[in-house]
Amino acid sequence: MPFINYAHRELTCKLVYYGPGLGGKTTNLQWIYEKSAPDAKGKMVSLATETDRTLFFDLLPLSLGQIRGFKIRFQLYTVPGQIFYDASRRLIVKGADAVAFVADSQKARFDANIESLRNLEENLRQNGIDLATIPYVLQLNKRDLPTALPREHLEKALRFRNEPVFEAVAVQGIGVFETLKSLVKQTLARLRAGVPVG
Amino acid sequence: MSASDLVLHEEEHRRISGLAERLLRDANARFVSLIDRNGQPITSAGSLPDVDRTALASLAAGNVAATEGLARMIGEQTFSSLYHEGESDHIYLSSIGAIGILMVAFDERSSLGLVRLRVRQVSPEMEKVFDDMLSKSRTGTAEPGGPGSPFAEITDEDIDNLFSDGF
Ligand SMILES: Nc1nc2c(ncn2[C@@H]2O[C@H](COP(=O)(O)OP(=O)(O)OP(=O)(O)O)[C@@H](O)[C@H]2O)c(=O)[nH]1
Ligand SMILES: [Mg+2]
Repeated sequence: MPFINYAHRELTCKLVYYGPGLGGKTTNLQWIYEKSAPDAKGKMVSLATETDRTLFFDLLPLSLGQIRGFKIRFQLYTVPGQIFYDASRRLIVKGADAVAFVADSQKARFDANIESLRNLEENLRQNGIDLATIPYVLQLNKRDLPTALPREHLEKALRFRNEPVFEAVAVQGIGVFETLKSLVKQTLARLRAGVPVG
Repeated sequence: MSASDLVLHEEEHRRISGLAERLLRDANARFVSLIDRNGQPITSAGSLPDVDRTALASLAAGNVAATEGLARMIGEQTFSSLYHEGESDHIYLSSIGAIGILMVAFDERSSLGLVRLRVRQVSPEMEKVFDDMLSKSRTGTAEPGGPGSPFAEITDEDIDNLFSDGF
């Protein structure tokens, strides 16, 4: 649900990074945070466990400049990927304007990806959002690992709506901005068309 | 959520900012912020030096959302307010209608009793502003996209330009 503030001439949209535990969602946000200009980014908030697993969410506010006199702002959230944090994930996808699914390419995480994608669909549905139509990107992360499955194999299992797919190595920043740009473009294109999201 | 975007116009912004200022004074608070349930800051009054307001709003919204989840688990619809007590600074959070959260930060110059009283007094008016905001969005007087909106005219070039600077 974009928030449009005419008094401050600001548009704010919520982008959510979803996916299985340890897939690299937080790493995506950290890379964006480190590489963004100081005046483009707000404070990054991470609610994490002692071992750096996301406990509730990460948030990174970004300002991307202006369009037609409106400041364009995005709030990037990650969900906690561990299975038992499901109630938290459901809270965080509320009001999402776009979703990036960060898949873990490793063979051992194949089932976890599928389970997480199903879980995403269900949690969106419970918030009145349809995974078939919300702006959406599939990121295949950890392409650097020898245990990574072939891209085609992963696409066949995880790609379901002809969505943009990006191969990524989030720790090296590969594919990270491509993913973000695609989310932003789709979100703004949808706003232009006047289609309410959720 | 409802099928429409949340749109804040000048008029509602003025009304809600006025109410926040009044609450700040009447409650002797340090800082008052009105936030939507998804964590967007809508308006604030007073100041908390060096505090990032977006981060603050997202944590307040997460706090309320988690607490509501707890409430529903034990069969309550919601806990209508939350209080966090620090050594010298305290935070009071209260729901405003279905979509708003009011946050009041205060110290020893005020008290929980006073804050709670003033929040209760101002809440109906704040809720009214939210209702007006929502009904404007729904009736299309405030169409965010589509013809007549500032975003209907966005070009692909505009979107590309967003990425030319800042990154
Ligand atoms: N080799 C490799 N490691 C990665 C890559 N991306 C992330 N990692 C590592 O994977 C681990 C988990 O990354 P996180 O970003 O914390 O994963 P997450 O998805 O946020 O995990 P949860 O918070 O538990 O849901 C960290 O040790 C990262 O450094 C990648 O592309 N390649
Ligand atoms: Mg994480």
